[in-house]
Amino acid sequence: MTIVRTIRPALVVFLFLSVVTGILYPLAMAGVAGYVLPRQAGGSLVMKGDRLVGSTLIGQDFADARYFHGRPSVTVGPDPADPSKTVAQPYNAAASMASNAGPTSRALVERVAAAVSRLKADNPEAVLAGLPVPMDLVTSSGSGLDPDISPQGALFQVARVARVRHLGEETVRALVDRMVERPLMGWLGEPRVNVLELNLALDTLH
Amino acid sequence: MSLSGWITIAAFFLCVVAMTRPLGGYLQRVLEGQPHFLGRIFGPLERGLYRVAGIRWEEEQSWVQYATGVVLFSAVSFVVVYALLRFQVLLPLNPAGLGPVAPDLAYNTSISFVTNTNWQSYGGETTMSHLSQMLALAVQNFVSAAVGIAVAAAVIRGFARRGAGTIGNVWTDLVRVTLYVLLPISVVVALFFVWQGVPQTLHGSVEVTTLEGARQTIALGPVATQEAIKMLGTNGGGFFNTNSAHPFENPTALSNFVQVLCIFALGTALTNLFGRMVGREREGWAIFSAMALLFLIGVGVTYWAEAHANPAIAALGVDPALGNMEGKETRFGIAASALFATVTTDASCGAVNAMHESFLPLGGLVPLVNMMLGEVIIGGVGAGLYGVLLFAIIAVFMAGLMVGRTPEYLGKKIEAREVKMTMLAVLCLPLVMLGFTAIAVVTGPGLSALSATGPHGFTEALYAYSSAAANNGSAFGGLTANPFWNLALGIGMVVGRFFIIIPVLAIAGAMAAKKVAPATSGTFPTDNGLFIALVSGVIVIVGGLTFLPALALGPIVEHLTMLRGTLF
Repeated sequence: MTIVRTIRPALVVFLFLSVVTGILYPLAMAGVAGYVLPRQAGGSLVMKGDRLVGSTLIGQDFADARYFHGRPSVTVGPDPADPSKTVAQPYNAAASMASNAGPTSRALVERVAAAVSRLKADNPEAVLAGLPVPMDLVTSSGSGLDPDISPQGALFQVARVARVRHLGEETVRALVDRMVERPLMGWLGEPRVNVLELNLALDTLH
Repeated sequence: MSLSGWITIAAFFLCVVAMTRPLGGYLQRVLEGQPHFLGRIFGPLERGLYRVAGIRWEEEQSWVQYATGVVLFSAVSFVVVYALLRFQVLLPLNPAGLGPVAPDLAYNTSISFVTNTNWQSYGGETTMSHLSQMLALAVQNFVSAAVGIAVAAAVIRGFARRGAGTIGNVWTDLVRVTLYVLLPISVVVALFFVWQGVPQTLHGSVEVTTLEGARQTIALGPVATQEAIKMLGTNGGGFFNTNSAHPFENPTALSNFVQVLCIFALGTALTNLFGRMVGREREGWAIFSAMALLFLIGVGVTYWAEAHANPAIAALGVDPALGNMEGKETRFGIAASALFATVTTDASCGAVNAMHESFLPLGGLVPLVNMMLGEVIIGGVGAGLYGVLLFAIIAVFMAGLMVGRTPEYLGKKIEAREVKMTMLAVLCLPLVMLGFTAIAVVTGPGLSALSATGPHGFTEALYAYSSAAANNGSAFGGLTANPFWNLALGIGMVVGRFFIIIPVLAIAGAMAAKKVAPATSGTFPTDNGLFIALVSGVIVIVGGLTFLPALALGPIVEHLTMLRGTLF
């Protein structure tokens, strides 16, 4: 009976703490959070008209020249032809992923080189104006879902977006300036632009 | 490097210092059973639990009984977590219909969470049902942290008591730490995270149609509650694959700041608890200062290293101003990523907000070294304090040898048994870290898991075993663990946890029984600058002598090849 006497406290304490921390805590908090902060608790989703277009916190794969583009994403998804394999599927928000490429990886440098050429080809005006290639637009993020780009990254694309949309460059640049989120209290965080919010605002410009 | 980046780091450090005393005082009330607000509310529930469990809560235990309790509790945890993961397909709250977790992965994950490591060989959103996340993993986030704090409390009692045969009651320590410390703070922090944008919902995912008309499936879940304890309990196991880099785990610069604060909060409070319980808070501040010194050096080096662009990328004509942004999030940038990486490996947290594998060689060197030093720079909750006390014992032992006196710490003689136990604990970590790395880099199954070649591949292996043995859990994430790795890492985690806990409790038992010799003019003071320098020096020298050759083969040689422009 010594065994039972020794193990009983372990079992009962474990069971009790499991119920409190594993069931009551998350469920109660889901209830409270859903009531007090329903938008955030539900994933910060945004509507455009009556259509759910995404989450402000999750980046999207913008490829159309009419829109500002986010950072390269290396997430993958199941291959439609063969679900046992995976294929590139940028901004797959069901399976976040980073490149995990080391600094001396040849694959990394080749990937970045390709991204630089593509970025330059997409934005001839910026190249002509002598703007430097922003680091964030050619490197992949930690989550593969980065919703933001740097202000430099947005400004690099202003002329292209203005051209495709037949808007004045100043109009688009003013919009980017307005959409830049500055560091809290002037020091906490990096200046950044939320790409989805910027593009939503862009669609309302005429 | 920017002024705002340095302000962020300075503000972080000041907040940590400011939290140390109040939290230490609260820990003392809870662990010494003094009256406090939450105890008055939940006291009857607590005592009811003890009656059902057959715990004589007013009775204390010897170190052997205490250690037995810790091992038993961990064993029960392991069995339950393993079973839940294997059977998740039959259990509720599995909206994505995920299948059973493979045996080697379930074994690795169970050990990982029970030992407070939270090494993740899996991607959360694609492997674990919500029930597994909540009932298997999040529970361990609480109780493995509680075990760490309980053991630290027992060790502190060992140093504080005189001529005593007991070092506390493991069950009351576990329950009180969970109910009165971890849970209430987690509730507040989780709500804060939701306010910042972390989801807390039982929905599995939501389908949206993007602006360009594509379909996007966004994984959701009860993230905020797990996030809070993941940081506070220095666990580090993320809800999502990319951990705190994922915008749903860590949406803003402010949430990030609170996350790093949570990692250090209880670890630093324990240094203050130590000072309070041995009767002189200065003793706690001395330990804290040795840790703080090493932390500040580490964060400075990482920030400096990462603020540089990768030369191979800068050579493509990319503006180097933003620094090394591969694997980093825009909202955090370099300073907050470097701070997070340093803090998460100083403590045994292992959460990441940027991918350590993509750090430049010297930037990645600091997290690696932090883990190799045994995570005694603040350290994991509990584990950091009892780890650094081992180094304090070595420090006074060396000081005693230098002046030819019997070493003493806090008035107690340090004798052969304590020094032997200390060396057992201190030698176990490098044995696992270096031994398994050596095996992995010369065997087929070991090599096949590595994603990188050249020195970076070696660092990947070294980082993994360092992370496992130090119970950290962060990774050079390119590694894809196969059954060999899952097995070996599991062994590493067990050794890193229990081959420290058991010797350290034995030391506590021996120390508790000792009498205190009155201080004389020949007593070596352990609350001044000399002692702080000696402790931090011992930590660096022991770590340096043990690991320098391995580091030379990994990050150091990689740094030199990077400067020459060699790619692999």
